[in-house]
Amino acid sequence: MIRNLFAAALLAALCAGLVTAAIQHFRVTPIILHAETFEGEGGHSHGAEAVVDHVDAPGTPAHSHDVVAATVAAPEEWAPQDGFERTAYTTLATVLAAAGFALVIGAVSMFANIPITFANGFLWGIAGFLTFSLAPAYGLAPELPGMPAADLVARQLWWTGTSLATGGAILLLAKTRANWAFAVAVALVVAPHIIGAPASPDEPSAVPAHLATEFAAITLGTSLVFWLLLGSLFGKFSDVFATRKAAIPAGAIA
Amino acid sequence: MNTTTNTSTGLQSLSISQRLIAGSLALLLGLTLLVGTGFAGDFRLHNGAHDTRHAMGFPCH
Repeated sequence: MIRNLFAAALLAALCAGLVTAAIQHFRVTPIILHAETFEGEGGHSHGAEAVVDHVDAPGTPAHSHDVVAATVAAPEEWAPQDGFERTAYTTLATVLAAAGFALVIGAVSMFANIPITFANGFLWGIAGFLTFSLAPAYGLAPELPGMPAADLVARQLWWTGTSLATGGAILLLAKTRANWAFAVAVALVVAPHIIGAPASPDEPSAVPAHLATEFAAITLGTSLVFWLLLGSLFGKFSDVFATRKAAIPAGAIA
Repeated sequence: MNTTTNTSTGLQSLSISQRLIAGSLALLLGLTLLVGTGFAGDFRLHNGAHDTRHAMGFPCH
């Protein structure tokens, strides 16, 4: 049974992850690459923002500001080469993240004793989308490279807390529809947004607004496709493995 | 007839301890994968998963 759970989760993650990676390749990554061409022109820069806090006049030749800036910028960090290598890493990372999400909802299914089937897989997908995409995005809009953003750890904490609270609320309502449960669920969903996500610094972004809005819409849409696929496929594969098990004659050691 | 089939859909036939073990293993591996792809600060993991982080709405740099 543990094998069935892992097999269904990983197979669903592979399929949903590859489809998502394909959508990302054609619709999402081009916007990221476009945004990166503006990176460093505005108030935010990659890695050295604590040191370089001014904007040079247009046409100023490249120069280093002080020793700290030089040492921060000098070591070349490894990064995949643009082109095939970068696409391959993104595809791999997306499939691995998909496997992570699939195993997490598989774990929730085990703990909560709610099976993931083809009949309810769509709902699992919607729950996953609300929990891990829409609720966090409501406070922290999908960000492009080069956009000003609050402290990373603070944002990661808020993202995690919001997902836990939203997921907890959905799970509670999946288990019971008692009046108190509705009250607790509403409180769980709303609390992170009353606390508030870490606010972005009020500084101009070098990334054009139309790129940012396009990116937010496309990433949320892609996440919805990903989650509906993941939930439905997870349920489908679970059903298939369960019926295969059911074909074993009673009395045989399953 | 000794060929009657076990029609359980799997989950209901599990004991609570089996569910806890399966769930714990899945949670552990799943969170490891999510932290590695979406949250880890290591620059190799960050740069390798960079576009995925942005695409999936994880906070990134």
